[in-house]
Amino acid sequence: MAKIFAVTIVVIAIASAIPIVMHMWPMPPDISTHGHLIDEQFSDTMVEAGVSFLASQLLLAFFVWKFSTSKPSDKIKRFPGGAAGLVIAAFLLVGTECLALGVFGAKAWASVYFTPPAANALPVQVQAGQFAFYFRYPGPDGTFGPIHPDQISEANANFFGLDTTHDQASKDDIVTAEMAIPVNREIHLLMHSKDVGHSFYVPELRVQQDFVPGLDVSLHFTATKIGKYEIVCTQLCGLGHYNMKAYLEVKSQEDYDTWIKQQAALQ
Amino acid sequence: MHDMSAPAVHGAPTSFIRKHVFSTDHKVIGKQYYALALVAAFVGMFLSWIMRIHLGWGSFAIPGLHLLSKTGAPGDVLTPEYYLQLMTMHGTIMVFFVLTTAPFAAFGNFFLPIQTGAEDMPFPHFNMMSFWVTFVGFLVLVASFFLGDGPTLGGWTQYAPLSAIGSVGGPGEGLGVVLWATSIAIFCIGQLLGSLNFITTTLDMRCKGMSLMRLPLSTWAWFITSIMGLTAFAVLLPACILLILDNVAGTSFFVASNLVINDQMLPHSGGSTLLWQHLFWFFGHPEVYIAIVPGMGIVSHVLITNMRRPMLSHRVLIYSMGSLAVLSYMVYGHHMFVSGMNPISSLAFSFPTLVITIPSTIVVLIWLGSLYGSRLRINAASLFALGFISMFISGGISGFFLAQPSIDIMLHATYFVVGHFHLVMGVAAMFGIFAGTYFWFPKMVGRMMNETLGKIHFWMSFVGAYCIFMPFHYLGIASNVRRYQAFTDDYLIPLIPVHKFITIAALFTGFAQLIFLYNLIHSRFWGAHAPNDNPWEGTSLEWSTATPPPHNNFGDKMPVVYHDPYQYSVEGASADYIMQASPENVHSPDEEK
Repeated sequence: MAKIFAVTIVVIAIASAIPIVMHMWPMPPDISTHGHLIDEQFSDTMVEAGVSFLASQLLLAFFVWKFSTSKPSDKIKRFPGGAAGLVIAAFLLVGTECLALGVFGAKAWASVYFTPPAANALPVQVQAGQFAFYFRYPGPDGTFGPIHPDQISEANANFFGLDTTHDQASKDDIVTAEMAIPVNREIHLLMHSKDVGHSFYVPELRVQQDFVPGLDVSLHFTATKIGKYEIVCTQLCGLGHYNMKAYLEVKSQEDYDTWIKQQAALQ
Repeated sequence: MHDMSAPAVHGAPTSFIRKHVFSTDHKVIGKQYYALALVAAFVGMFLSWIMRIHLGWGSFAIPGLHLLSKTGAPGDVLTPEYYLQLMTMHGTIMVFFVLTTAPFAAFGNFFLPIQTGAEDMPFPHFNMMSFWVTFVGFLVLVASFFLGDGPTLGGWTQYAPLSAIGSVGGPGEGLGVVLWATSIAIFCIGQLLGSLNFITTTLDMRCKGMSLMRLPLSTWAWFITSIMGLTAFAVLLPACILLILDNVAGTSFFVASNLVINDQMLPHSGGSTLLWQHLFWFFGHPEVYIAIVPGMGIVSHVLITNMRRPMLSHRVLIYSMGSLAVLSYMVYGHHMFVSGMNPISSLAFSFPTLVITIPSTIVVLIWLGSLYGSRLRINAASLFALGFISMFISGGISGFFLAQPSIDIMLHATYFVVGHFHLVMGVAAMFGIFAGTYFWFPKMVGRMMNETLGKIHFWMSFVGAYCIFMPFHYLGIASNVRRYQAFTDDYLIPLIPVHKFITIAALFTGFAQLIFLYNLIHSRFWGAHAPNDNPWEGTSLEWSTATPPPHNNFGDKMPVVYHDPYQYSVEGASADYIMQASPENVHSPDEEK
């Protein structure tokens, strides 16, 4: 039975690795300028973790295979190098691995969070609420008008609580239910939740960030490929969580200019 | 150490109620905890079956489901909100009432005092209270199925402000949350009382000759876990109280100002939504180790007995488990990389999270190094112990990915995380429970479990669990978001066949647990009697006493310990093992002085 156990572990270990090696269910393709850093970090980690996984599972299988058939008269053998050797090996191998992953991973993280958005980045505000995203563009004045929570009204389609009568900056704000951005232009995303926790996840964009009620969070990114992508909520926000989504359309600059004019006309 | 001339902690009970119900005997309390965990585990498993069937075939009517909730399952098909409610209950029941209760409270209660050579725990009434309080906590949680608009739907993590704003947040978000938080607060009290007893028993009640380093690894694991429990549950308890106050007393600990739902401003202001996450995960990450460290101890104990050799290093394993406990408090922020927490904090939490893999690796290497050159015996207990190692490796290694904030951007809140924690703290911990059950069953009830059924149970569980949880990782890499009751997004629809495969695997694996249940109940009443007090030829003190042990554990003669806990294959000994309580004057060169 020990041999069956050993063979089973080998089969499971190899079978587990096949979908990864064959890219059977890969990450969605990257469409961002920073995404390659995340993908490279993921690939490096996969190699290191994959080797550790296979090596340790195969070692377990080998030892169970070899030492379960010992006779009572067989002498107990001590692992060469003893515990000290294994502890040193763990510190050296895993310690180096941790250091490498930590340092290079920090670089990828810093590229997303530690650099300020460019001065000419296009600001877009996204507001999350049960169970929809709404987007706001600042209009020709380049300034967002203030949000008045007491004036938020789904019934009157005033999703951001804008007071266009009194607030000059709000008059030209453009509110949409879908997000469109120009390709190869940095976006400065300003995130606001009106009710509970939500998240903004676009796998292709290599972006995921929670909305924090009471705290406005910002992100910046640049999309490099024209297309239509899904924005999904990943923070459990209530019964409609699974259905909370919107589309992100990455357009050419001309198409974007046309689109934003059309949206402005609809306000 | 305990004064051997002192009288027993308390006399043997005479009435049925004091003997079997409100008992202060740690062994009865251990069995009560085990029974509670067993009931909870099957409730949690049936909930997971319902969820998995729904995820594979969303319109499938599960006969009789409407009996659980007419509004939640009209026509026996789950509504989106009821899916989330069942999911929340599955997670809560499994994490608190199974993974904490069985390996720590159940086995720890039964065996920690015996393995230390004590008559009982020093505070037996606290111990009794610990179980009954936990039981009440379970009843309160289950009551939420039948009261108001059902259980909370906010997930076992109950993130605020959804959990703190009352019924306006959705079904179950009023009374359901209050019952959830009350249940967990009560549970915390039970575990604090239990931890206090475990710590004092280990430190103050050891018999003559039982130095700390002579304690078996299982006792060390329970001792370390109880220290974690004392600090972690002490944080969750007040957090739950604050959450209850936000729901019923109009406070705003976790609710920020100016929030709007249904076009109405909420009457809260000034709270912090991230505060709940900090408090919860300060408990939540040590909780992972509260679930798994007892399993490490149990598996080590079971493996050593079946390898017929001591671990490569007793001390290194103890120090590694201790390091895991200390580091577990320094890593909790990795649950919050994309939460809106300061990005610098994410890096600060990332490094200890990576570093915690070092003691974890050492533990695995010590197990593997000890298997080398051993004389391994294969039985249901040792198979589950070996399966634990395999699962711990598989689940632990995916931690490399989640420890890095940059990769977490892609994998956070996906099935990758679900696969990771189910393998490392769910399946591995369950395998530890099964290893302990097959190993200690004869000592606990005086009968043997059926080995053949035990092995069938193992093979089905081992293969089945891998078929469930490895594909979770692939789904996560493909960005499959968790906590969705249906996959309507364009990029998720192609992944539905994988979910169907997982559902079939979950039903198969669940069926194996029914075989275990049959084996457990049948063996309890009709199993073969244990051939002697030490059927596995073990060395620690539980094998030196009668089967089942008498009220004060050791009868008239309290044990005196002469040896380290795992003296197997010692040259010159009369057998291939020397029991701790054996005065045989043969010592291995490695024995602690």
